[in-house]
Amino acid sequence: MLDHLAYRTPEPKVIAGAKADWELVIGLEVHAQVASNAKLFSGASTTFGSEPNANVAFVDAAMPGMLPVINEFCVAQAVRTGLGLKAQINLTSAFDRKNYFYPDLPQGYQISQLYHPIVGEGEIIVDMGPGIARRVRIERIHLEQDAGKSIHDMDPNMSFVDLNRTGVALMEIVSRPDIRGPEEAAAYVGKLRQILRYLGTCDGNMQNGNLRCDVNVSICRPGAYEKFIETGDFSYLGIRCEIKNMNSMRFIQQAIDYEARRQIAIVEDGGAVVQETRLYDPDRGETRSMRSKEEAHDYRYFPCPDLLPLEIEQAWVDDIAATMPELPDAKKARFVADFGLTEYDAGVLTAEAENAAFFEAVAAGRDGKQAANWVINELFGRLNKQGLAIADSPVSAAQLGGVLDLIGAGEISGKIAKDLFEILWTEGGDPAQIVEARGMKQVTDTGAIETAVDAIIAANPAQVEKARANPKLAGWFTGQVLKATGGKANPAVVNEMVARKLGLGE
Amino acid sequence: MSIDIDTARKVAHLARIAVPEENLPALADQLSGILTFMEQLNEVDVTGVEPMTSVTPMRLKRRADVVTDGGYPEKILSNAPDAREGFFAVPKVVE
Repeated sequence: MLDHLAYRTPEPKVIAGAKADWELVIGLEVHAQVASNAKLFSGASTTFGSEPNANVAFVDAAMPGMLPVINEFCVAQAVRTGLGLKAQINLTSAFDRKNYFYPDLPQGYQISQLYHPIVGEGEIIVDMGPGIARRVRIERIHLEQDAGKSIHDMDPNMSFVDLNRTGVALMEIVSRPDIRGPEEAAAYVGKLRQILRYLGTCDGNMQNGNLRCDVNVSICRPGAYEKFIETGDFSYLGIRCEIKNMNSMRFIQQAIDYEARRQIAIVEDGGAVVQETRLYDPDRGETRSMRSKEEAHDYRYFPCPDLLPLEIEQAWVDDIAATMPELPDAKKARFVADFGLTEYDAGVLTAEAENAAFFEAVAAGRDGKQAANWVINELFGRLNKQGLAIADSPVSAAQLGGVLDLIGAGEISGKIAKDLFEILWTEGGDPAQIVEARGMKQVTDTGAIETAVDAIIAANPAQVEKARANPKLAGWFTGQVLKATGGKANPAVVNEMVARKLGLGE
Repeated sequence: MSIDIDTARKVAHLARIAVPEENLPALADQLSGILTFMEQLNEVDVTGVEPMTSVTPMRLKRRADVVTDGGYPEKILSNAPDAREGFFAVPKVVE
């Protein structure tokens, strides 16, 4: 079974400075909320949008004497994610405390996994267009607690704190600095999100903050990155800045582009980039320094004394591996190989697992390319227009398959099929019955077509003369005949007959 | 290892404990004393010894992914110095 298609590596993005050309080196830390019912260390709910502080247990509020007990399903989700990224699973991992003070962190520390993460090195293939993809290495994935939410705009003097998100499980997925441009960074987040959704380990909802990322950006001269890859020596790369907490693909690209140009201007001016944490301001389209975070950067990590090391068994990991779904790369490669689709179409159909399943139901036992055209152009087009998800599609896979069967059997023409699709969309019903009941069947009865052709020819002598002089104009007759028969005449039969009657020959 | 006054001041700040300036020398001395005591452990050769995490063999306790807790915001907020509209209210913190 083909794991993924063959790709060539994309060219890195080059930005022309005032004095020289520059390349970008980007690494991402993605925080993905684990899809689970309860929190990582407490039995409180993870439901989004509840009343403030309704989903808070005494553990989450860090009341004295409360102890964390780990949610085994969250561990399984991290392992499943690791397997999905072809990563090493660490059978022993451990939790550490990252200490800092902030109003939405009642414990005064975040429980995280600095020294012994549950997942080690893996990879993601980031598609950048047909035949082109970047392989981005994953350094690690660790489990940690999310913080609460501070709301600053409800009162002029006070910040309001909601602890509902406090203690919800996050996976921090850390990439190597293998990303070489703003578009690649957005595509990386998109691909990671797609894989997580296929796995069911994170819903990928960026708007709710369930998937957000920190972006590390540095610049270097062409050739320097290759030396870094060869030697592993970071001194070939520029000083990096970290842009915190981005939850939009568009802002990620804008922020990286701005930040790269800012660093280029500094270096070309003879200055030096200072390693720091920055925030992107989408209203102004610029990044700015988060100086307040700098002095607090002493997290004093130490092993969490409340939690024993997390030891899992290989057999348990194997059980999870046995239930892995087919992932996007493999599915896309299979659609190309089995259905003869273009990589582009296969990519569109596999963007979401539900879409791919719908297509497969339509294509089963039918012409894959035709099924792809109908699903992408007619169905997805219509769903997009009305803002519907595939689950809400008024036309089922069985109905659409029925339409294709009618076309395949020569019962209806392509044009009538679109009318039929419209009827199915608005009224529903069985395609074959509708065609039968409403007399939509294609006329292949040559007698009926011949009558129509003769009538048109007899009524338009001038056009007949023109068409005999210029055979390209014969199409006009075909059009007229199709019109006269309400689109039900088989166009191939009409074409052939028109040509014969006009004496044009084949 | 000895802790100087500057380090003692920094540690106090990180822990958000207000230590008057005149108490810092004594605090630095006490912290140094603790570290010196701990440093004796370095005299033991532990090469190849796995760190012990518990006295009896124990496995990290696990919980099923079931909602069994929460739903009592009034209790969560009951000790808060200031709470409004279901939220903790704290002096404004803005990045």
